[in-house]
Amino acid sequence: MKLRERIDAIKKPFGKGQKFERFAPAVNAFDTFLFVPNHTTHKGAHIRDGVDLKRTMVTVIIALLPAFIYGVYNTGYQYFIQSGIAFTFWDALLHGAVKIMPMVAVSYGVGLAIEFAFAVYRGHEVNEGYLVTGLLIPMIMPVDIPLWMVGLSVAFAVLIAKEAFGGTGMNILNPALTARAFAFFAYPTYMSGNKVWVSEASNVDGISGETVLGSLAAGNDVSYSMFDMFVGAIPGSIAETSTLWVLVGAAILILTGVGSWRIMVGGVLGAAATAFLFNLWGANALMSFDWMNHLIVGGFAFGIVFMATDPVSAAQTTKGKWIYGILVGLFCMLIRVFNPAYPEGVMLAILLMNVFAPTIDHYVVEGNIKRRKKRLNATLTPAS
Amino acid sequence: MSADISLRKGLSIPLKGEAKKDLKTSKTSDNFTIYPDDFHGIVPKMLVKEGEKVSLGQPVFFSKTNPEMQFVSPVSGTLSKIVRGAKRRILEIQLKSDGKDKAVKHKIPALDKLSDADVKSHLLASGCWPFIKQRPYDIIANPESNPKGIFISGFSTAPLAADVAFVLQDQQEDFQNGINVLATLAPKVHLSVSADDNSFLSSVNGVEIQRIKGIHPAGNVGVQVHHIDPVNAGETAWVVNPEDVANIGRFFTSGVFDQQKTVAVVGPVVTNPSYYKTRIGAAIAPLLEDVGISASGQVRIINGDALSGATTHADGSVGFYNNTLTVLAEGNHFRMFGWLPFAGSKIFSMSRTSLSWLLPKRTYALDTNMNGEERALVVTGEMEQVLPMDIFPMQLLKECMVQNIEKMEGLGIYEVAPEDFALVDYASTSKIEAQAIIREALDLMIKEVG
Repeated sequence: MKLRERIDAIKKPFGKGQKFERFAPAVNAFDTFLFVPNHTTHKGAHIRDGVDLKRTMVTVIIALLPAFIYGVYNTGYQYFIQSGIAFTFWDALLHGAVKIMPMVAVSYGVGLAIEFAFAVYRGHEVNEGYLVTGLLIPMIMPVDIPLWMVGLSVAFAVLIAKEAFGGTGMNILNPALTARAFAFFAYPTYMSGNKVWVSEASNVDGISGETVLGSLAAGNDVSYSMFDMFVGAIPGSIAETSTLWVLVGAAILILTGVGSWRIMVGGVLGAAATAFLFNLWGANALMSFDWMNHLIVGGFAFGIVFMATDPVSAAQTTKGKWIYGILVGLFCMLIRVFNPAYPEGVMLAILLMNVFAPTIDHYVVEGNIKRRKKRLNATLTPAS
Repeated sequence: MSADISLRKGLSIPLKGEAKKDLKTSKTSDNFTIYPDDFHGIVPKMLVKEGEKVSLGQPVFFSKTNPEMQFVSPVSGTLSKIVRGAKRRILEIQLKSDGKDKAVKHKIPALDKLSDADVKSHLLASGCWPFIKQRPYDIIANPESNPKGIFISGFSTAPLAADVAFVLQDQQEDFQNGINVLATLAPKVHLSVSADDNSFLSSVNGVEIQRIKGIHPAGNVGVQVHHIDPVNAGETAWVVNPEDVANIGRFFTSGVFDQQKTVAVVGPVVTNPSYYKTRIGAAIAPLLEDVGISASGQVRIINGDALSGATTHADGSVGFYNNTLTVLAEGNHFRMFGWLPFAGSKIFSMSRTSLSWLLPKRTYALDTNMNGEERALVVTGEMEQVLPMDIFPMQLLKECMVQNIEKMEGLGIYEVAPEDFALVDYASTSKIEAQAIIREALDLMIKEVG
């Protein structure tokens, strides 16, 4: 227990009544990362489940990793394929890592700094939620976005979307999507169009960085096979392209019980049904784009598995989760098909439903209250 | 046999240290203690001073708000000490046995000659009344109230809880007599038994038997009330523990309130978990000694089950309501990287982020470590998973925290007791204290609504 004693010695000046007491949350965050604390139950149940927020969040990160690693590889793959340079698997991975790791570092650096500052300011422990948000943000950005934009988007999301509402557990909007939405509307030239989705596309003329949905919206044909789209060998935001690896993540989330399968299934059902109806209508290229393909291109799979299931910003009741999931899928297809300015609809669909999630829950809960009132009235009025 | 009510939700915690079904006797101690805290919300007014002699069944204090409600001595001897805490609140009333068991004997006519008012006054005067608790609020029943029914849970599902049929095996007649007494007080007496019950409980007379299938908290009487005949605003339901029904029955036949308790001493650190016949208020030290627990060890001794019992200590006594004495190891140790998913599968988890779910037959030596720190509420759905009631637990808890009485009423505060939320305590990823929140909310309701 040598290490433990050393940590206890380091923590001494941060103890109760000591000089640096108010900075204790910052030190505790590192300590509890190393050790699960020795706190025992003092009221309520004497025994507690092995799970805590750290474990839950780390499970989400594990679920994100397959898509993340594939995203890193795909970044290099798209670059080399389009510029016609011969490459190996490791070249592609390295190219991607060089591009993406600084984004991850900036995201965690800026985000955690704000989180720590607010924990010290508010006097509560650092919540682990940002561990996931911090990885999600670079995963849903285009690869060539300048680092300062990543930093600014993170700061906006954490400050405005999260801390302003009271911090972890209180936010209305998903912070990672808020970061993306901020960048999307503040710097549209870096976030949309046909020059941003492949590494170096804006610098090298030979590279076209157009996404599948982008070319469909522009009325062009799609040159990728369904298999490409499913595996993810297509341009797009860093880690959104591979439905295959997103599904692996979804399996981890559902198997561990960390992510809501109701939202995922609801979302897929909502999107599939809507896209199928559009197929029958078929008034434009996006409408007649096969409904199965709609599910595997763009950020839909990534969004519905990792963003829509954020328990804080999603609906919280069981029935509400179904409604919320189905509506996310429906709105995602509506936005894709009807709004040529936003060929990708999942971000806006989820943010929209984030706003309506409390309303959905309100009506579900109100149903319970009404049921109880009805039961009471039945006992008050004698049966006739 | 088929079940009348099937509950899917809940969680069965496979705690190690279940009691073997043999009834043992231990050495007896002279020391007895009454804890007024066992009786939530009662302000005791003492009737006996330190050093005075008492008989078994002699009133020691009464309730300040209801002077008829007597609390009696579990032993004949002397009142040796009144331990007081802050603001002179009485924490313990210590008694020393003289070994003579001189008892107060009540003259009680045959049951069919008693009016229900007589039954009530005998229960109040004898000290049996506190056995009867009520929903809403989970407090001792108000004798003035008219209950819609009396509910008895004939099986327990809490971790390692004493087996009801085993506890009552030699008190079957007393139990039936107790039921007959209680039947005079309410239009209906409901007895819930487990769906696979084939004990004498299934053939008790004068009750409506409900067969209930499900894991913990299906055995909680409050959960059963909710499904059998839920409590609406303004209504009351009374609940009694099974062995206390037998105590009441015995009192009405013998005239002596002998305060028997059969206690299962259980837990992962107990080498020899067994059942003991003892008495309310009796010192637990001889029991602990018999099962092989030394007072000096790093253990937590709990009057009740590991989920909703009250912490006591090696010098403590058997509580008024519980048939289980749980002993756990204290968990005041650090675990390096203990938060890693799929690490530490020795700690049972409802979520499948540990590998414990792959080993359904394993039992666990859980300790009192929090396994994490309190955090903001993030994860949803886990509370719903462990509360088999038509109640939104998270929404109710949040309204309790902000003390919104109207919403609390609407969401079913009258139907819950802290023990029904014990599994929420256990399963909560954010380590929130649901039982404490519910208790505070119920106290607020008593104050504001009454």
